[in-house]
Amino acid sequence: MSGRRAALAFWLFVGPFAAGLLLFTYVPIGWSAYLSFFDARNTVTPTDFVGFDNYAGVLTDRAFLDSIGTFTVFAAFVIPATVVAALALALLVDRVPVARAFFRSVFFLPFACSYVVAALVWKMALFSGVDSGVANTVLGWFGGEPQAWTGTVDPPLYWVVLVTTRLWLQLGFYMILFIAALQRIPAHLYEAAWTDGASPGWQTFRHVTLPGLRGALVAVLTLNLINAYQAFDEFYNILGDSRGYPPFARPPLVYLYYTSLGSGGQDLGRGSAGAVVLALVIALVTLLSGRVLRRVG
Amino acid sequence: MRPVGYRHTPAGRVGAVARWVALVVAAALFLLPFAVLVRDGVATGWSTVAEVFSGDEVPFARSLLNSTVVAVLQTAGQLLVCSLAGYGLARVPYRHAPVVLYAIVATLMVPTAVTFVPSFVVVSSLGWLSDLRGLVVPGLFSALNVFLFRQYFLDFPVALEEAGRLDGLSRWGVFRRVVVPNSTAFFAAIAVIDFIGSWNQFLWPLVIAQDSTSWTVQVAMSSLLTAQNPKITLLFAAAAVSILPIVLVFVLLQRYLVRGVTETGLTG
Repeated sequence: MSGRRAALAFWLFVGPFAAGLLLFTYVPIGWSAYLSFFDARNTVTPTDFVGFDNYAGVLTDRAFLDSIGTFTVFAAFVIPATVVAALALALLVDRVPVARAFFRSVFFLPFACSYVVAALVWKMALFSGVDSGVANTVLGWFGGEPQAWTGTVDPPLYWVVLVTTRLWLQLGFYMILFIAALQRIPAHLYEAAWTDGASPGWQTFRHVTLPGLRGALVAVLTLNLINAYQAFDEFYNILGDSRGYPPFARPPLVYLYYTSLGSGGQDLGRGSAGAVVLALVIALVTLLSGRVLRRVG
Repeated sequence: MRPVGYRHTPAGRVGAVARWVALVVAAALFLLPFAVLVRDGVATGWSTVAEVFSGDEVPFARSLLNSTVVAVLQTAGQLLVCSLAGYGLARVPYRHAPVVLYAIVATLMVPTAVTFVPSFVVVSSLGWLSDLRGLVVPGLFSALNVFLFRQYFLDFPVALEEAGRLDGLSRWGVFRRVVVPNSTAFFAAIAVIDFIGSWNQFLWPLVIAQDSTSWTVQVAMSSLLTAQNPKITLLFAAAAVSILPIVLVFVLLQRYLVRGVTETGLTG
């Protein structure tokens, strides 16, 4: 087959996708970089060049810096909790002698549920501020006072609501990844470890299971980090209401939404500058975490 | 199964009971939100469900229809566009294929947080706001799907394809008559994941569907949730209705879902 015919065949297969990717990913990124240098309030075709004003604006905006801080706190809670709990669930489910498929389904089922529905259940039933809310009922058993969970900033009880929502929704997905990896660890490695006198339990886990899961651990950590940046749905639906969004706990995506598209600003220039800064922050974190993970792995 | 050796020792038996208890407690916690959903949503009776559909503040029936159309079209479109691209990348010996692959995979590193504002700008310039096209089309071009299809097609038995070539099929004919019919399980796995993802997406429809006639069910739910004095029984009934299609897909096609997640090669 000649090179030209191969090129034609290639573009017949890949062309539709490549055109879409160009139009809906590459063009937007370029356009955003362009907009970030213009005064673009309420318009996508601006004329007023403002240089780095939008960048200065976003970098001195307390709300933007706070949103990076919010992301950091959120990731610091969610990522370790997810890794440990998903691994624990995977080990439990993988070793249970009966009803394995049942337990796997139960933990995986929330993955099919939307963040909007989960936010509703968490906000209106589990952590509702009324005395009959599930969390307040449990507190009452131990003699605790009912709490207004989503509205309590000091101490920051709203974190309990946000973190548990996400754990419920995503643990099953990561558990499945861990189970798949566990099943690829060859049985003879365990037998060899026992023959060598390793006790079945912590020692086997430490010297056979954990090394066998290295690839899965790196994948789970990376996916977790990427997903934590996308945090929007549960924050928006748990904390926002008809009065608007409270000033605390705005992750970057919520900040960008309100700055560029929300009822207040419609400032696409500043929103774009925020998106560019965020892209740089994410690239930096990904690069650093990749380096750390490689050293660990 | 693997750690069988110690199950019959006394310590092993205590451990087994402890693990069993832990599993049951965890399972109960995971089912609790569903129990609440059923208790506060379905159990309040059909009149509440009827009220959800007849309420005039939120066009709930319309939003369910929109979600169905969006999820079906998006899933079908993704399967078509992404499987073609994955096959081309895996099988056509084109000189610049590696560069194209790199340009595709590189976009996986760019999170939604960075692209949703500029994507909104593009879609609004196309005049696709509050329009089915704006909801469906930008989501068709999933770089992750292309990558997964490519990995899958790389492992597809070449002998089968060569038999097709000998029978006089073109490259396209081989793809359509040999490769696709022999890959239905993989297509099903990706379809289930895409359908669930499409049905559950929130941020993009929130941004694009500005007119309430184009709302998807997640946006409709959210507007019920953030409304002044939300009616809680209505909300739960709406939520129960909104997860019905997904639970159905989950229960019927769970094995494809699990296979899709595990076979993505993410943990290799």
